[in-house]
Amino acid sequence: MIHFVLLISRQGKVRLTKWYSPYSQKERTKVIRELSGLILTRGPKLCNFVEWRGLRVVYKRYASLYFCMCIDEDDNELEILEIIHHYVEVLDRYFGSVCELDLIYNFHKAYFILDELLIAGELQEPSKRTVARLVAAQDSLVETAKEQTSSITNIIAQAAK
Amino acid sequence: MNPFSSGTCLRDMIRAIRACKTAAEERAVMLGYPTHFGQMECLKLIASAGFPEKRIGYLGLMLLLDERQEVLMLVTNSLKQDLNHSNQYIVGLALCALGNICSAEMARDLAPEVERLLQFRDPNIRKKAALCSIRIIKKVPALAENFINCAASLLKEKHHGVLITGVQLCADLCKVSSEALEYFRKKCTEGLVRTLRDIVNSPYSPEYDISGITDPYLHIRLLKLLRILGQGDADASDRMTDILAQVATKTESNKNAGNAILYECVETIMSIEDDGGLRVLAINILGKFLSNRDNNIRYVALNMLMRATTLDAQAVQRHRATILDCVKDSDASIRKRALDLLYLLVNDNNVKHLIKELIEYLEVSDQEFKGDLTAKICSLVEKFSSEKIWYIDQMLKVLSEAGNFVKDEVWHALIVVISNASDLHGYTIRALYRAFLTSTEQETLVRVAVWCIGEYGDMLVNNVGMLDIEDPITVTECDAVDAVEVAIKRHTSDLTTKAMALIALLKLSSRFPSYSERIKGIIVQNKGNVVLELQQRSIEFNHILQKHPKFRSALVERMPVLDEATFSGRRAGSLPTAISTSSGAPSNHPNGIAKPATAPIPDFLDLSSDDVPAPSSSGGDFLQDLLGVDLSPTPAPSGADMPPKASTDVLLDLLSIGMPLPVQTGLSASDILSSSQDDKAPFVNFNGLASLSSLSANATSPANAAPMMDLLDGRGPGPQKSEENGQAYPSLVAYESSSLRVMFNFSKQRGSPQTTLIQATFTNLSSNVYNDFLFQAAVPKFLQLHLDPASSNTLPASGDGSITQNLKVTNSQHGKKSLVMRVRIAYKTNNKDVLEERQINNFPQNL
Repeated sequence: MIHFVLLISRQGKVRLTKWYSPYSQKERTKVIRELSGLILTRGPKLCNFVEWRGLRVVYKRYASLYFCMCIDEDDNELEILEIIHHYVEVLDRYFGSVCELDLIYNFHKAYFILDELLIAGELQEPSKRTVARLVAAQDSLVETAKEQTSSITNIIAQAAK
Repeated sequence: MNPFSSGTCLRDMIRAIRACKTAAEERAVMLGYPTHFGQMECLKLIASAGFPEKRIGYLGLMLLLDERQEVLMLVTNSLKQDLNHSNQYIVGLALCALGNICSAEMARDLAPEVERLLQFRDPNIRKKAALCSIRIIKKVPALAENFINCAASLLKEKHHGVLITGVQLCADLCKVSSEALEYFRKKCTEGLVRTLRDIVNSPYSPEYDISGITDPYLHIRLLKLLRILGQGDADASDRMTDILAQVATKTESNKNAGNAILYECVETIMSIEDDGGLRVLAINILGKFLSNRDNNIRYVALNMLMRATTLDAQAVQRHRATILDCVKDSDASIRKRALDLLYLLVNDNNVKHLIKELIEYLEVSDQEFKGDLTAKICSLVEKFSSEKIWYIDQMLKVLSEAGNFVKDEVWHALIVVISNASDLHGYTIRALYRAFLTSTEQETLVRVAVWCIGEYGDMLVNNVGMLDIEDPITVTECDAVDAVEVAIKRHTSDLTTKAMALIALLKLSSRFPSYSERIKGIIVQNKGNVVLELQQRSIEFNHILQKHPKFRSALVERMPVLDEATFSGRRAGSLPTAISTSSGAPSNHPNGIAKPATAPIPDFLDLSSDDVPAPSSSGGDFLQDLLGVDLSPTPAPSGADMPPKASTDVLLDLLSIGMPLPVQTGLSASDILSSSQDDKAPFVNFNGLASLSSLSANATSPANAAPMMDLLDGRGPGPQKSEENGQAYPSLVAYESSSLRVMFNFSKQRGSPQTTLIQATFTNLSSNVYNDFLFQAAVPKFLQLHLDPASSNTLPASGDGSITQNLKVTNSQHGKKSLVMRVRIAYKTNNKDVLEERQINNFPQNL
């Protein structure tokens, strides 16, 4: 299973973390610090897998962001590379040419998308179209709810005049 | 309430919460501050009616809380309601949250709901429910049976999302419950094979296509499940061979997706029962991977090849050259993997060639890698040394290149071998001398050279035992003494080297009598040395040189051949042989037992008076006695916290040496001699035991040895008692502080090796009486503990008496896991309540 997902920028700032195994707050900061040090210093030509504390961390760099996923020893590392790419493509489809700035300002949306992709550290949906459709449906639910509240407001405001 | 105000309120609240989320998230993720203020807000949001609030609330919940927090329990009710909600997106949210962070209690509470949802009409809910179930069965394995049937029905789905989650659920069920494994093996293997065949043969589908392959994730999951089902079962394995062959041959491997599938396929082939045709196919694929330019693929191939060596070593040997190249790769991960793999591939035929290549690489490798590489080379050389001369050659090369990375046990072993290879003494000493001249910065090389020059200096000077392959070399006595002097004078030499050099000088003064004066001069220079060890040695040796010229030659006669068998036996027991290769003047013993300066002499008189070489067992004892304690002043790691790793044999060995030693000296020994022998042996026992409980090769420091010694003195019958049990489990000091000591004595019940009877003895080390003494213990789930009532609950002061209590521990993982126990001791002293808690990890391993 995937134990956690980290998105770290080139400068070492953490953009997103998702933990599927129990790590306490202290342990989380420690893990992030260690992995940042380990991964950010690796050269470009090296392989994308790092051994760390008996687990394996698969990372891939997209522009200025490192996407890291920590897996067990017996998982398929090449598949995790595909899953990382899957996530990036869905983000791209959703935001339209996603960049790090999108993820900074809309981190909650990035989480929503990740939740449609992974649960309990396992892949949920192989089709990008389905994931996008589901997230869009939920977004429209939120929009309609907002519309409703604002419209009631207007009506009451009119009536109160 | 005014809906207008509630409307604004709601919107503002949402905005506020979003802002709060940002702050909370920023803090939670980046600075790790506690975020309690956010948690209650999340709970309120989850409990509210609208979808947007719930969405944010669940996100906050997953970010701020994890299963260990008690607040999570409050959410259970909301979750239950949401799981029954009419809006399927809300059900989805609840399943997602549950699947990511639920605790065991929540899992138990909500499992029936999740089961029901596995058969929901909406496929999106079914797939989330499947993954949620995975978490539930991981948290509460007992519930696995409930999910077996539902999971089996998921395997017949058409929707890809439900299918891959269903397959994953089945795989995890098989890992958790053997009943599930049997069920799936019997009922579902055919179906799975058919599904895989369909997906492999399916036409292009734009929705699931990745680099030309339809849904590689499904391929991989199916292959994984087939692996679990086929492992250990020939029948199931038979049914899969066709499809595996098809996948292995048809999948394109120019893109990562294809390679991922091939990798999984090879893993499956390696794990199932197979005749061999498929295996050859698999190894060929790995061979292709190895020559791929992509680092990831090579890494993965090296990984797999390690597993393949156990199955088919021949096939892997063909790729030896490529693997050797990978050892020299620029990528650290690949280098490490390749080295590990190469280590497994070495056999008698290729060892010489491989070692040659590895040593050449040693010269150019990185510092971080050198340590690893050196360790591997040394252990290979030792394992495969057919001729002593080759062994010595290779070890000298390694020492010259990377002596500083060589561990102590390795160069100790080298010295043992050298002393045993009596026909090669001349060759060795000359080779060492040459190496010494060129590479003085390698500390270990200096030490070995200095020892050999001391022992065999006369052979060096007189060119004794020249072999045909050697070049002639003239070394005068002056050169030899120069070399040792250099070793002493160098400011980078450490304590051990200087101490060894002093001994070597003493030996040389006897072998080269004409240089006695000069040697005395060098020794005398250290008389005022700040380090006690060197000062002591130089004063004593000076004394010997001046006042006891008659004794001198007898004193430093050639050492008896160090017994290889005992030595390697001890090493095999992972016991770091704390050797200092001084012919140990026992006054070096740091156990604080002062010995008169004349005491050493009877030992050596004993040696030289017995003209026959000592029998092998007592030769080993002399090994222990002479090669006392490592002089390095590094403090030992806290031994008590590390689990011991020695086998029973080593324990027996130690204890048996401890017993009959006085008999073996065969001398009508003076009291000093027998008592000193006695003291040394149990000391060495504890040295051994102490080092059993520390994994590193550092010997116990002098300071630590003293209390160990006291322990033994204070409880003489300890080792004997455990011997009487017929099993050599040494007594354990489970806990020792300035006020209390807890000792465990072990014995086994006849006929049930899993059960251990422990007699716990509590001794009060303070000067106050302890009343209401209560001992409690807790053990992990794989152990069962039974505590008998204690003998009393008053512990008299200053060890005047003790309380005993019997415990019975049954280890269901006997042989796999060793005992571990958490103890709590409570007592009243001086009208104060005292509570002490400790975890005991250092039980002997095979209890």
